Amino acid sequence: MTKINNARVLELKKKAKEIRVEIIKMIYKAQSGHPGGSLSAADIVTALYFEILNIDSNRPNWEERDRFILSKGHACPVWYVCLAEKGFFPKENLAKLRKIGGILQGHPDMCKVPGLDMTTGSLGQGLSVGVGMALGAKTKGLQFKTYVMLGDGEINEGQVWEAAMSANKFKLNNLIAMIDYNNLQLDGQCNEVMPIEPLADKWQSFGWDVKEIDGHNMHEILTVFYDLKKQQENPTIIIAHTIKGKGVSYMENQLNWHGKSPNEEQFQQAMKELEVEK
Amino acid sequence: MIKDIPTRMAYGDALLEMGKKYKDMVVFEADISTSTQTCKFAHAFPDRFFNMGIAEQNMMAAAAGISTTGLIPFVSTYAVFASMKACEQIRTSIAYPNLNVKIAVSHGGLTPGTDGVTHQATEDLSIMRSIPNMTVAMPADAIATKALVEKAYHLKGPVYLRFSRCPLPVIYPEDKTDFEFGKAITLKKGQDITLIAIGDMVIQALKAAEILENKGISTRVVDMHTVKPLDEECLNEIAAETRAVVTIEDNNILGGLGGAVCEYYAEHFQIPVKRIGLKDTFAESGEYLDLLKKYGLSFKDIVMAAENLLFGLKIEE
Repeated sequence: MTKINNARVLELKKKAKEIRVEIIKMIYKAQSGHPGGSLSAADIVTALYFEILNIDSNRPNWEERDRFILSKGHACPVWYVCLAEKGFFPKENLAKLRKIGGILQGHPDMCKVPGLDMTTGSLGQGLSVGVGMALGAKTKGLQFKTYVMLGDGEINEGQVWEAAMSANKFKLNNLIAMIDYNNLQLDGQCNEVMPIEPLADKWQSFGWDVKEIDGHNMHEILTVFYDLKKQQENPTIIIAHTIKGKGVSYMENQLNWHGKSPNEEQFQQAMKELEVEK
Repeated sequence: MIKDIPTRMAYGDALLEMGKKYKDMVVFEADISTSTQTCKFAHAFPDRFFNMGIAEQNMMAAAAGISTTGLIPFVSTYAVFASMKACEQIRTSIAYPNLNVKIAVSHGGLTPGTDGVTHQATEDLSIMRSIPNMTVAMPADAIATKALVEKAYHLKGPVYLRFSRCPLPVIYPEDKTDFEFGKAITLKKGQDITLIAIGDMVIQALKAAEILENKGISTRVVDMHTVKPLDEECLNEIAAETRAVVTIEDNNILGGLGGAVCEYYAEHFQIPVKRIGLKDTFAESGEYLDLLKKYGLSFKDIVMAAENLLFGLKIEE
C-alpha cells in the first residue's frame, strides 16, 4: 500500500471545500443545476484533478494525458470548477453556467470546454466511451489511464453492463471506473427505484477488480488511486460510498436537492457551513 | 462484364486495402463480421479489429471514445441496428461532439429481402439525415462503394454509409474514383424528366430511363448517393433544365431522399416531384426483386410515375 503524505491530504481536503463553495456559488447564480451529485463527487474529482491525473492545462489535447469522463454529466458543476481551478479556462465562465452564449452547458460539451475529455449527460454512455479511450491507448502503445465516474442510478442503464463485459474481454487494465454511490437517484433511493445490490459481486462477476472506499475520506481516496498507479491487472471499479449533498447540512441525503438551486437564505447558510468547516 | 456484387463485399475489400495504407484505421464489429465483411480486415489486422459482441450501443460509444485518441474507427453492423438501437449514442456521443467516426453498415433498405422487416433498414436514411453534423450516403455499386469508403476516411467528422446485402450490378467504370460526398453524378442526360435515385435504386432508375427513352421521353438520371449534404447545385440544374422529377429510394417515403429534394424545391423552385419509396409501411420477407415489385419500387413503377407526371403537365398546358 502506498504511503500517503498527511499534509497533502489536508491540502486536498481544503481544496475540496473550496471546490464545494464554487459549486454552490455557480448553481446559486444560475438558479439551475444539480448540487446533490456534484457535492457527493467533489472529494474524488478534486483528488483526481489536483493529485492523480497526469494533465497539462497548456496542452488540453496532449495525446498522452490521462482521461477523465464524468459520465454522470449532470454533476458537471464539480467538473467545471476543477477545470477552471486548474487553469483550463478563465474562472469568469463559472458565473455563466447554463447561460445562453456561454461555454458551460447544462450538461458538458467537449467542443466548448478546453480540457473536458467527453461530452456527457445522457446516462449510460460514459463507460463505453472510456472503453474506447482505453482501447485507443493500448492500440497506440500509450501509457495513459482512463478514469470514468458513474452515478449509482446510472448503472440501471444496460449499456453500462455491455461496457463492463467489453472491458473484461479486452483486459483493460488502464481503465478505472468509479461509482458515486450516494444511494439516491432522481425518483428515490436506489434500492427502491431499481435495486443495484449486490454491487461488488456484480462487478466481480463481470471480471472487474473491485475496491470499496469512503468517498469522502481523502486518505482512502488517495490510497486507492496510488495503489492503482503502481499496479493494475484488470479493469478496476471503485465503489465510493458517498453522501448526496455532502458538506451542506440541509442538502445531505435529501432527494429534493438532486436538481434544485438554493434561494438566497439557503445560499448564505451553505456558504457559512462550508466556510466554518474550512 | 463484371458480375453483380453486394456493396457490403466491396466495403470489406476496401477496408482490407485501406488497412494496409492507413495505420490509424480501426474497425468495430458486433458479431456479424462475415455478413458485414469486416472479417477480411479482422484476419489481416487483428490488433486493430474489435469485436464488441451483440452490443451495438456500447460499440458505438466505444468508437466515439477511440476516435478521441486520434484513431479513425469504422463501425459496422446492420443499418437497422446502428441507426435505431444505437441512435442516441450516434446522436449524442458522436454527432453532437462531431467526432471522427464512420458508421458503415450493411443490409440497407429491402436488400436483406428474405430476412424480413426486423433486418430491413427502411427508416435509417430519414433518421440519420435529421442529425446535425452527419453525412449520409448510399453508394450505387461496388466501384462507388470503394471510392466513398476511402473518402469517408479522409472526411473529418461522422459519416453514415449504407450498403446492400444483395448483389447489385456494377454501373461505374472500374477505374473511376472521383466520387465526392455531396456531389451527385449525372449518369444520363435528358430534358423531359429527371430520375433522382440513391443506392440500390440507381440501377432501377437506369432501367426505367431506357424504357422511357424508347417511348420518346428524354430522361435524365442522377445518382444522388449523398442525401446529406444534398447537392443543391445539381438540383438547381435539374430544375432549370428538366420539367419534372421522380425521386427513388429504398427507404420510407417520409424524410429520406424524396423528403430532402422536396424540402429544397418547395423553397426554391416550382417543379413537380413524385416520390417513390416505401409508402409509410413495413415490408415483409421475400426475394429482394419481388419486394421491389410488390412495394412499388421497381423500374416499372418508376416508368409509370414518370409518365403520369408528364401526362399531368400536358393536361395543365
